[in-house]
Amino acid sequence: MSAALRRLPLLLGGLLTATILGISLLSLVWTPETPTRMRFALKLRPPLAQGLLGTDHFGRDVVSMLMAGAWNSLSIAGLAVLLGASVGTLLGLTAAARGGLLDSLLMRLADILFAFPAVLSAIMLGALMGPGALTAIIAIGVFMVPVFARVTRSAAVQVWARDYVLAARAAGKGASRITLEHVLPNVSGQIIVQVALQFGLAVLTEAGLSFLGLGVAPPAPTWGRMLADAQTYLSAAPHLALVPGIAIGLTVLGFNLLGDGLRDLLDPRRGGG
Amino acid sequence: MLSIIARRFAGLLLTLTVMSAAVFVVMEVVPGDPAAIQLGTSARPDTLAALRASMGLDQPALVRYLAWVGGMLHGDFGTSFTYGVPVAGLIAERLAVTLPLAVMAIVLSTLIAIPLGVLAAARHGKAADYGATLFAQLCLAVPNFWIGLLLIVVFAVGLGWFPAGGFPGWSAGIGASLKALLLPALALALPQSAVLARVMRAAVLDVMGEEFVATARAKGLTRRATLWRHVVPNALVPVVTILGLQFSFLIAGAVLVENVFVLPGLGRLAFQALAQRDLLVIRDVVMFLAALVVVVNFLVDMAYLVLDPRLRGRT
Repeated sequence: MSAALRRLPLLLGGLLTATILGISLLSLVWTPETPTRMRFALKLRPPLAQGLLGTDHFGRDVVSMLMAGAWNSLSIAGLAVLLGASVGTLLGLTAAARGGLLDSLLMRLADILFAFPAVLSAIMLGALMGPGALTAIIAIGVFMVPVFARVTRSAAVQVWARDYVLAARAAGKGASRITLEHVLPNVSGQIIVQVALQFGLAVLTEAGLSFLGLGVAPPAPTWGRMLADAQTYLSAAPHLALVPGIAIGLTVLGFNLLGDGLRDLLDPRRGGG
Repeated sequence: MLSIIARRFAGLLLTLTVMSAAVFVVMEVVPGDPAAIQLGTSARPDTLAALRASMGLDQPALVRYLAWVGGMLHGDFGTSFTYGVPVAGLIAERLAVTLPLAVMAIVLSTLIAIPLGVLAAARHGKAADYGATLFAQLCLAVPNFWIGLLLIVVFAVGLGWFPAGGFPGWSAGIGASLKALLLPALALALPQSAVLARVMRAAVLDVMGEEFVATARAKGLTRRATLWRHVVPNALVPVVTILGLQFSFLIAGAVLVENVFVLPGLGRLAFQALAQRDLLVIRDVVMFLAALVVVVNFLVDMAYLVLDPRLRGRT
């Protein structure tokens, strides 16, 4: 495979995620219309008849809703990944540094947490706490903890076996200093790859939760809720169901390609698909 | 062999115990009182206290936990306040939709993934390989409930070949029921098949480097015969593992897809219970499905021991 082709996922992924991030930030200061403004006289207009992508059943501008939805989706996914990555990395580093009983206990717990279907647990949290951004962030984030804990631990265990760690120990450095100075810098690449991949998964899960009504409260537009609303008008306005799905797909594709590309970059022996 | 099975089984029981404790603790520590939610905000304090007593909520946490687990082991999952019927019956009734749906999705995803993975590996680095990779990337990037919506637009609204949703019930005939499950199963299967096809491709490439493949070619077998007789059967083992690991995602996906197609399955039940804030039903359904995932993974593990005798020596 040629070098240019190998770097294609990284380039394409970077371009897609940067564009969507840019659009979501732009939506904070500018959208073509106010995304929540209802205009019943203009409802269910096809694309180009009113605005670039038409209007929904309340006459809201679809382009503006998509832009605002990008921000809602990315911010929730981002905070969830931040939660999962920070707690998971901490647990993974601890498990690798301490080893023994604590290590097997933490990894066993990670396995158990991993077996919970995340959407179902979000339903459980949603029923108790009520739906909302916080519920979504916790529900998505908690289930990323075992993923990051596992990835960090397995990478950190390998670093702990290296000669320079042995040297650092001989020099009298404690476990927490070695973790901070030697282990974390050497595992951070793999954590970053996982952040990109899990970001995509978080966007998918967020879409699912807001499809079920468990995401950010209305009237704030989300891609998932746009799809839930579109379901009622599948025969009258199928484009309403098409557009948010494409937005989700491009976002997730971007993060997945970015993650795959970064992984190939960090470990050239892997890859090739 | 027996001691390994016994040890794995003990692990399974331990996992289930920790899981049930986790579900119970979450229901305890997250704010929200089942009795208060059931009665609404305008409930009088004495009514609330009476309901709490009848639901056993005035008991210590450990007693309630043991009563819950003990009940489930006897098939008693409590009574749903919205439906006024035992939750166990509700779960059994809904499982008759979710389980066939999951099985159909698994069958469809392997039917798509295995040929695709083999094709991509056999044409490694050629157009077919990139095509399969592109298909996998696209299927992985879109939500399964959106695939469901697209399938409805094309095959139900557009062509009218399938119902747009709903379930006739098994009593209405197996054919009609399977027809109602086909589109949702396909929506679930496509992202799964993307994952499986990638694993299958990597596994086939791996096995093709083994010495016995060179031997098979050397004794005069054609490329095609070597591929299907020697490579593919050996490449299936990792696919089975991933199928087990993906089961949790399949169940999570079923929750969404059942709601798109209005199928009366367990996911729809959990969603309706959410709308009613029927906490007991939600707790039991979550526990039941999580347990199902763990048991399926245990069975895959066991199947492994049977399929691959080399693993029996390891613990």
